[in-house]
Amino acid sequence: MPSVMELYQFLPKTNCKKCGESTCMAFAVAILSRKKKISECPPILETSFKKQKDKLESLLLPTAGAEETGMMVHHELCTGCGNCVVACPVDVANDPKGAAVGCAPTNEKVIFKVVDGKVLASNIKECRRFGKNRVLCYACIDPCPTGAIEFV
Amino acid sequence: MITCTGCALLCEDIEVIIENNSVKETRNACRRGAARIKGCVNRMVPSIDQKPVDIDISLKKAIQILKNAKAPMLFGFGNSTNEAQKKAIQLAKKINAALDDTSSFCQGHLIEKVLHNKFRTCSLDEIRNKADVLVYWGSDAQDSQPRHLSRFSYFPRGELRQRGYEEDRLAIAIDVRESNTAKICKGHFYRIPLKGDREFILALMDALSGKVPTYDPKKMLELAAILKKAEFGVIFAGIGLTYSIKDDIDILVALSDKLPNFHIMPMVGHYNMRGFNENLFNETGFVNRVKFSEGKTIHDDKYSIVEALKENTVDALLVVGSDPVSSLPRSIISHLASIPVICIDPCVTMTSKIAIVNIPCAVSGIESSGTAIRMDGKVVELKKAMASNYPDDENVLKRLLEVI
Ligand code: SF4
Ligand code: SF4
Ligand code: SF4
Ligand code: SF4
Repeated sequence: MPSVMELYQFLPKTNCKKCGESTCMAFAVAILSRKKKISECPPILETSFKKQKDKLESLLLPTAGAEETGMMVHHELCTGCGNCVVACPVDVANDPKGAAVGCAPTNEKVIFKVVDGKVLASNIKECRRFGKNRVLCYACIDPCPTGAIEFV
Repeated sequence: MITCTGCALLCEDIEVIIENNSVKETRNACRRGAARIKGCVNRMVPSIDQKPVDIDISLKKAIQILKNAKAPMLFGFGNSTNEAQKKAIQLAKKINAALDDTSSFCQGHLIEKVLHNKFRTCSLDEIRNKADVLVYWGSDAQDSQPRHLSRFSYFPRGELRQRGYEEDRLAIAIDVRESNTAKICKGHFYRIPLKGDREFILALMDALSGKVPTYDPKKMLELAAILKKAEFGVIFAGIGLTYSIKDDIDILVALSDKLPNFHIMPMVGHYNMRGFNENLFNETGFVNRVKFSEGKTIHDDKYSIVEALKENTVDALLVVGSDPVSSLPRSIISHLASIPVICIDPCVTMTSKIAIVNIPCAVSGIESSGTAIRMDGKVVELKKAMASNYPDDENVLKRLLEVI
């Protein structure tokens, strides 16, 4: 995952505010946290900035698949073991007779499901890292032995 | 819902979406299971001398080979249903064959002790509901039985373990390397040297009896204290442990005597290896390595596949649902080249590539039904979810049995 400084290097650095942010640095923070998209900076869409725009896109590519909470599942690492399915506190609360006790999820309210041998995340808004009262939950990261779940 | 036959956990909660007689999607199965359910990479076709023939012709050839053999051997069965295994035992009896399975170089020794009630064991459901201290010993469950920790042993909430793994369970790993399972047992991983299991057990027994162990005393006393406090403990004995103490399995029995609240669970790999051991045990009192001779059963290590091939004591080999060429040492494989090999399997394997006769069969648990025995001894039903062009292995063995 890139740093704010790395992204800033490739922005126009004019602080023109057209993006709605007060500085290019603030815009860099915004694109990194996925609050803004690169295309929201009008100057960078100009052809003279093409190279810099491409560079920014490639820097942000690894986070492109991230859900709104920043969750990314690296499918190539996932073994489908289901540890995250059973350990996620949201799954436990929403599916006490299924995921909570180690069985297959019994409803659609769970965050994690294993499809074709790999984990799929849905209902991402239920994640404790999301919304106003968010907490830094690690309950799906810690039980994953392959490091397949990451928050960016 | 179907049952996955990817490993001896036999997960019964698998959903499949089938289109045009092939599996389009699996739900709840782990990666290993999904691959198994989706079928072979290369489907086997009936053949003789590696040339495709009609299945009936390959069957006839197999019958001829088995009839002419003076010392035939039947091997495999870890991936066969109970029904197929029972047919294989009958066939071996009928043709006075030697009979062995993969447990012979795997968990056979341990399962034998279980069947003789040499130590306490328990069911996976009891583990989910009651277990508080889990010891993964020489076992990388995360890799070999991927859903073990999530379905039964560590992560789920159970009747007496409502607060789940965070507060109610403690997981310990003892292994020669930091496996994926050991990674989950953060802070409770005991690394041992290769073949160091015996010494570790002896030191642990000292620590449990209040003696100062000679080997790593601080860690041993700490571990002994944890184990003593367990209300319902389980030692998951993996192949690493069994293999390392195979000449003295009783040492594990002695350890379990010192841990009255502990249970020992043999970590079985192939989905119905325990089934084979139980079926043969019920019939003969032995779990593997037997030869039938005019109604009598002889049990001897020389009837293990390894010894039999090494000593050249078999003159034909029937392999069912197993791939000895990929799992046995190369020095032994070379002996296979000099005898006729018959292979019954759904998929092309290294063994089928050298076999004289190949007889394809349906994939059990998806193309054919039956029963199997889970690693803890529970009988699980396998369901058929779609049709196959080929008979199941039970039927192939039945036909061999009828004609010979
Ligand atoms: S629109 Fe682009 S150039 Fe202008 S302040 Fe925002 S990031 Fe900087
Ligand atoms: S814990 Fe990790 S490997 Fe297991 S299913 Fe979840 S993401 Fe995949
Ligand atoms: S961070 Fe916590 S709540 Fe969010 S998906 Fe992971 S385990 Fe569930
Ligand atoms: S853990 Fe074993 S039985 Fe369960 S889905 Fe995975 S391979 Fe199949």
